[in-house]
Amino acid sequence: MNPNTATKPVKAITAEGVVTGRPVVSFLRAKIQQSLAFATLVVLLVFFSFANSAFFTFSNITGILLSTAVIGILALGTTFVIITGGIDLSIGTGMTLTAVMTAVFIVNFHAPLVVGVIGGILVGALIGFINGFNIAVLKLPPFIATLGMMLIAQGLALVISGVRPIYFSGVPNATGFNQIALGTLFPGIPNAVVILFALAIVAYIILSKTLLGRYTFAIGSNEEATRLSGVDTRKWKIIVYTVAGLFTGVAGTVIASRLGSAQPQLGAGYELQAIAAVIIGGTSLLGGRGSIMGTLIGALIMSVLINGLRIMSIQTEWQNVVVGAVILVAVFTDSLRQRRAAFRG
Amino acid sequence: MKTSKKISVLVATAAVAIALVGCSAGAPGSSGEAGNKQLYIALISKGFQHQFWQAVKTGAEARAAKLGVKVTFEGPAAETEVDAQLQMFQAAIDKKPDAIGYAALDPKACIPLMDAAKAANIPVVEFDAGCDSKVPLSISKTDSLGAGALAAVNMAKIIGDSGEIGIVGHSQINSTGVERRDGFVNEIKKNHPNIKIVDIQYGDGDHLKSADIAKAMIAAHPNLKGLYGTNEGSAVGIVDGVTELGLKPGKVAIVGFDSGQSQIDAINSGVMAGAITQNPIGIGEQTVQAAYDAIKGKTPAKIIDTGFFWYDKANMADPKIAAVLYK
Repeated sequence: MNPNTATKPVKAITAEGVVTGRPVVSFLRAKIQQSLAFATLVVLLVFFSFANSAFFTFSNITGILLSTAVIGILALGTTFVIITGGIDLSIGTGMTLTAVMTAVFIVNFHAPLVVGVIGGILVGALIGFINGFNIAVLKLPPFIATLGMMLIAQGLALVISGVRPIYFSGVPNATGFNQIALGTLFPGIPNAVVILFALAIVAYIILSKTLLGRYTFAIGSNEEATRLSGVDTRKWKIIVYTVAGLFTGVAGTVIASRLGSAQPQLGAGYELQAIAAVIIGGTSLLGGRGSIMGTLIGALIMSVLINGLRIMSIQTEWQNVVVGAVILVAVFTDSLRQRRAAFRG
Repeated sequence: MKTSKKISVLVATAAVAIALVGCSAGAPGSSGEAGNKQLYIALISKGFQHQFWQAVKTGAEARAAKLGVKVTFEGPAAETEVDAQLQMFQAAIDKKPDAIGYAALDPKACIPLMDAAKAANIPVVEFDAGCDSKVPLSISKTDSLGAGALAAVNMAKIIGDSGEIGIVGHSQINSTGVERRDGFVNEIKKNHPNIKIVDIQYGDGDHLKSADIAKAMIAAHPNLKGLYGTNEGSAVGIVDGVTELGLKPGKVAIVGFDSGQSQIDAINSGVMAGAITQNPIGIGEQTVQAAYDAIKGKTPAKIIDTGFFWYDKANMADPKIAAVLYK
């Protein structure tokens, strides 16, 4: 919980969100966290550029951006959920299920490409809606509700696909499907990267300029106070999880397009990478605080780090150690700063 | 205060949920019907999600139908879930089948259960990967070291016996990952002094991770002449990575492992030079046959090598090769 709102009663909900009495301070604090993450990203880029001349090349940088796309899109949707103080463990295997469903629509049911893609994304939204319903109406803890959904999605992806990859190659109505991720609307830049940044802009607008964004923060800061002030928090929580599901669906399309197939055994573990990206970007696991910009930077930090270590031929085992340590340091500095702020406040 | 209480409740609930999931995963399949004289062989695999295991299952079921026996085939969701596999083994012993077929995820953890099977008078045969125990009567498997070496011989031939190459592995722990790598590396070191292995990294058989690894290796080593992927996911990942970079097919020679639609397509289009295929259907067939023989009092051969083959564009249509490829 945001220290400001945890220790003080919420005064009012205005167009700027929950007014805690010290909006300027909390605004500055969010900026500092973002710039910390941004500084980390710059330091990593500079370090790897000097460490290995193969790192800072056009082809490698676009490679890094492409490898950020899937995790980044998942992370964008999860940012909303985490700001409400929730968690979504179902995004990894949920993504796999949407990819499988897209393939089923297009390859097995011969649906037109657009219909198949939209159908897959809607499956993602449905997964999110069920999560939201279970959490907001049935009052299941988010951790449990989405853990259950994670397993259900994984199982269904395997059952529906018959434990086999479904290939788009050679299917007439799937012509051009791989262009969704790998085509280049802008020369040299894969479309998956364009989709990531476009969605980041959309997510940024939703979070900072709309009622949904305002209530997302309000629920995470103090759900009870938000409800007492007349907001239908159940409805808004369902919407938040549904939005996360939509992003999951888009990630499913992008991964299926990039691989030219729906791989039913992939996806487990992707949720933790996405959550890590959100946390590194300064969004608090306790809710009430976070930003889309931070999440994007967090996802980039992860992929720059992994790519840089690979380019330097660091052993895979040590790569995991380094990434884990970076997550710990990021969360620790964040909590340290929060504690100091709480002490002052 | 309130938050910490909330969290502890959450953690406790999570623990219960995970425990429940663990239990339910331990007892799938129905128990053998009493009074029915049909022989029952329980097969416990290392996994079921990869095409390879599905092919083993196909072979096992085909041989079972021929012999008129019943088989069940199960395995954990991931090839890291050693404990889940042990629970399946225990459950299989409890069901009192006529024989058990087992593929060990961990060669040591299975030892006590092997003794338990022996005490219950259930004959055990193994497939793919063995347990460090004297109980199992037989193992049907691929000689992974030999298969890795065959991959190396062909890689050397394709790149003209000199230059830099890299390996994208699928596991630095499980025996197939280790042996396919070591067989390859040893052959290169021993017989191909002008070839240098510049990097070995692991992508867990995840297509996306393996693609990113391949791209990073090519960026770091511009003179790279070849890449070897040690399983289907690793090899397909390399193909994806090379395709995404827009390299001319064949500029980096790709040698893969196992089959599947993507590798077959890549070989046909010239992006991939060729791959090693095992004989998973044969592994399934031989395992059920060995179990059947053991039930009938015959002693199956201790090691049944089901073979491995190099395949490329030239010999893919050969009936002998086509029979062991799967899509």
